[in-house]
Amino acid sequence: MDKHDTPARPQASDARPVLEGPDIARVLTRIAHEIVERAKGADDVVLLGIPTRGVFLAQRLAAKLEQITDRTIPVGSLDITMYRDDLRMHPPRALARTDIPGDGIDGRLVVLVDDVLFSGRTIRAALDALNDIGRPRAVQLAVLVDRGHRELPIRADYVGKNLPTSLRETVKVQLAEEDGRDTVLLGAKAGQ
Amino acid sequence: MQRHLISAADLTRDDAVLILDTAEEMARVADRPIKKLPTLRGRTIVNLFFEDSTRTRISFEAAEKRLSADVINFTAKGSSVSKGESLKDTAQTLEAMGVDAVVIRHGASGAPYRLANSGWIDAAVINAGDGTHQHPTQALLDAFTVRRRLLGRDAGLGQDLSGKRITIVGDVLHSRVARSNVDLLHTLGAEVTLVAPPTLVPVGVDTWPCTVSYDLDSALPKSDAVMMLRVQRERMNAAFFPTEREYSRRYGLDGDRMARLPEHAIVMHPGPMVRGMEITAEVADSDRCTAVEQVANGVSIRMAVLYLLLGGNEPAQTRTEEK
Repeated sequence: MDKHDTPARPQASDARPVLEGPDIARVLTRIAHEIVERAKGADDVVLLGIPTRGVFLAQRLAAKLEQITDRTIPVGSLDITMYRDDLRMHPPRALARTDIPGDGIDGRLVVLVDDVLFSGRTIRAALDALNDIGRPRAVQLAVLVDRGHRELPIRADYVGKNLPTSLRETVKVQLAEEDGRDTVLLGAKAGQ
Repeated sequence: MQRHLISAADLTRDDAVLILDTAEEMARVADRPIKKLPTLRGRTIVNLFFEDSTRTRISFEAAEKRLSADVINFTAKGSSVSKGESLKDTAQTLEAMGVDAVVIRHGASGAPYRLANSGWIDAAVINAGDGTHQHPTQALLDAFTVRRRLLGRDAGLGQDLSGKRITIVGDVLHSRVARSNVDLLHTLGAEVTLVAPPTLVPVGVDTWPCTVSYDLDSALPKSDAVMMLRVQRERMNAAFFPTEREYSRRYGLDGDRMARLPEHAIVMHPGPMVRGMEITAEVADSDRCTAVEQVANGVSIRMAVLYLLLGGNEPAQTRTEEK
């Protein structure tokens, strides 16, 4: 959640890439295979990305799952803004799109997709939001990067890369759809 | 955005577009099995209605409840106001109860402004219609309806109403809806034409950002949307037109007149409609008439306004940076 709190600014020159485009593609392919394996064919999987970059990751994962299973995989987005626990600490944010696939999520296996797992508060908010939309058979979590420092008892089921970080570091995921290129950057917080 | 919503003229273009975009997402909540968001949990909102209202009050109440706020309804009838209490004392009573926002409708123009700026209360004030002055959430829901119908739900996101021609017809003199709409539609880049009999055009209209015409038939072919206003007999204390029949002949919208509108144009009405007066049943029941849609959109718009004013620790800031 905190990754969104740092205002956009030019990347510090010492930010170093920890995952490049081909690595991200490989990691997503692996996660797709893991989902198929654990869900025994993924026939009831619904992928829900958390805006902004989780949505693009979910779409990419869905494409890979479709290659593997030869079936259409429902994919959507879940905006968690109005379920955040820090709403009262900031001015209201603009809302992003919540787009639940036509058949809904009741009785399905929902895989939440996000770019970075950090405090776990985004995922808690996402679980609350899901609760108002339907009752999935089960909910799992796929993230591109797990940077640690959890503040809630939440863990990911599929992790692209475990990245031990210090709280003085920032993790920035850039994706071609939003940022023009695929990369994960590890940098230092401004003023540290 | 400012802390209170008193007048549509207080909104910048970016504020207005943010409210419309937020309302578009709020509208999607209405399609869910559980039409509720936890966003305003623990906030108390008072609906302070000194004037009769059905749709606005219900609409605000629905919006507040969908955002999980605690709602207190206060109507002047049968309350301390009918015993002679002043607005100030009512306000201080509410303040003592610890309310976070006051939605106020009042027969006197300027009452919400007074409430917001007098220092009587700390709460955010939202104008739900004051006298013949302003009704900003109505203008917002009208703009939302126009954008949805003319640009499309998704295509409209982030867009204003540049170049759209909107004609407002009828009792402009007594209409806070017309005033708010002229302000807001102008801010959003639309061209507004007022059409009314000369007696129902307010003094000073030449300073408004719109054009005025007395001839409905010539305005229709150049309109993307026509907004019909109700003739407000309850505010009329003089003869503004000879007979109702003459009024509806010259300024009422019937099937023949509707046929002169461009193919894509819509017919709007803020309600309550007086069928046979400003609008015929044929027009009111046609697909082009958005009156019912406007009511549904009203809930989404009010949810958006409440979220943007009360959802955080201060009102929403409009983004200056381009994404």
